[in-house]
Amino acid sequence: MERFSGLSLLRHALGGHQGWKPFWREPEPKAEYDAVIVGGGGHGMGAAYYLAKEHGLRNIAVLDKGWLGGGNTGRNTTIIRSNYLFPESAALYDHALKIWETLSQDLNYNTMFSPRGVLMLAHTVHDVQVFKRHVFANQAAGVDNEWLTAEECKAYCPALNISQNIRYPVVGGALQRRGGTARHDAVVWGYARAADAMGVDIIQNCAVTGIRRDASGAVEGVETERGFIRTKKVGVSAAGNTSVVMSMAGLRMPLESFPLQALVSEPVKPDFPCVVMSNTIHAYISQSDKGEMVIGAGTDAYTSYTQRGGLHIASHTLDAICELVPMYRRLRMLRNWGGIVDTTPDRSPIISKTPVKGLYVNCGWGTGGFKATPGSANLFAHTIAKDEPHPINAPFSLDRFVTGRFIDEAAAAAVAH
Amino acid sequence: MLIIPCPHCGPRPELEFRYGGQAHIARPVDPSPLSDEEWASFLYSRDNERGIHAERWRHIHGCARFFNVVRDTTTDQILASYKTGEFRPEAV
Repeated sequence: MERFSGLSLLRHALGGHQGWKPFWREPEPKAEYDAVIVGGGGHGMGAAYYLAKEHGLRNIAVLDKGWLGGGNTGRNTTIIRSNYLFPESAALYDHALKIWETLSQDLNYNTMFSPRGVLMLAHTVHDVQVFKRHVFANQAAGVDNEWLTAEECKAYCPALNISQNIRYPVVGGALQRRGGTARHDAVVWGYARAADAMGVDIIQNCAVTGIRRDASGAVEGVETERGFIRTKKVGVSAAGNTSVVMSMAGLRMPLESFPLQALVSEPVKPDFPCVVMSNTIHAYISQSDKGEMVIGAGTDAYTSYTQRGGLHIASHTLDAICELVPMYRRLRMLRNWGGIVDTTPDRSPIISKTPVKGLYVNCGWGTGGFKATPGSANLFAHTIAKDEPHPINAPFSLDRFVTGRFIDEAAAAAVAH
Repeated sequence: MLIIPCPHCGPRPELEFRYGGQAHIARPVDPSPLSDEEWASFLYSRDNERGIHAERWRHIHGCARFFNVVRDTTTDQILASYKTGEFRPEAV
């Protein structure tokens, strides 16, 4: 792998930038691997990277039915934060946030991580109570989160409308300064480039069509569009399609897949300095480095795999944005799209072994998986390599739905998370 | 927005309805001997079908009644709707 640096940039500039090589190879699948990851998004590609880097497994492949990062990795609103209520969640997401902070250096690839602060707005007495509880719980757990008054919110994000005569006036907010955004494509590309350099085979446009098991029930390999691949370990990291892949091994998952929408405006000059989220009126907004306002909308009510959603869902979010930042009423929206998110009953993810020997699953990230990408990948790699969970992801097991030990962020976080 | 054919009221916009999840999940007739695994499967595991899916809807801003719909989750096209208690049409 050619290391990127100022010097390499200069050298290639002298050659008219004709000498850059592709970031990764396009190998033919081998007959056998030590481990196969199904799904080449950030979580899956990152898992392959950490398997190679931290656990010495180099003979591994990542299979994707489409192109790298073409699913939810390329469809999210790039928000990163770790201010979750429950200790298990805060530990998981803060593990990810700590990796985010040095990820660009680690990968020698600019993920454009920008800890510009994530401000979650409170509009009601109930919001204030819930958010302050979050703030205090986070502070006790060593995760930064602080309470701001409405005026302090305005000072942090001058574009906000804190007038008291709107339908849901801003009465304060919880700010996590270490939170922010990153370039979502760069994350998966950076992982892919670094994993490829360690010998990981990245096989795109190769859907898995079956999971073959031996007489004892253990995983024997995967059937794909390009033939059978023998392997003893399969890590499924297939986001909205996890239920489909897991059913190939005869497992029925506690998951439902919903369309989640996002949209971006035309690019404008820098105006919005941080990430603002509002659970109550349901809006998320930040400004990309290109200048677009990146806006997250909600999920549709029904399960679907269509990667689109109802217009009324997006327009509901725009109502909220126009009230929070009235001058954005004149922005024109450029693109609107949907991704398919797999949600669990308690709205916490699953990074776990399964009842099938050699089959591992990383799923259930619902509407908030991007922020966890490096942490999730790191812990999933540990789980696959050691055949047992890391202490951080041990509570996020598949069997918590049998034991009842939920991590009930569904109740704690309401909608946005 | 979906146009959902309520078997009682006719086609109406999705906003009048509430989604009720996968249809035809029967509560166990004799719950007490069930194992934890069986309970978890009943309560939480879902087919999450990519394709033809039978699901419940409730016409909450209309007749307020539950009914069933068969929908293709890869196109969102609704193929049939029928009353609660009726069998899923065999053609879809």
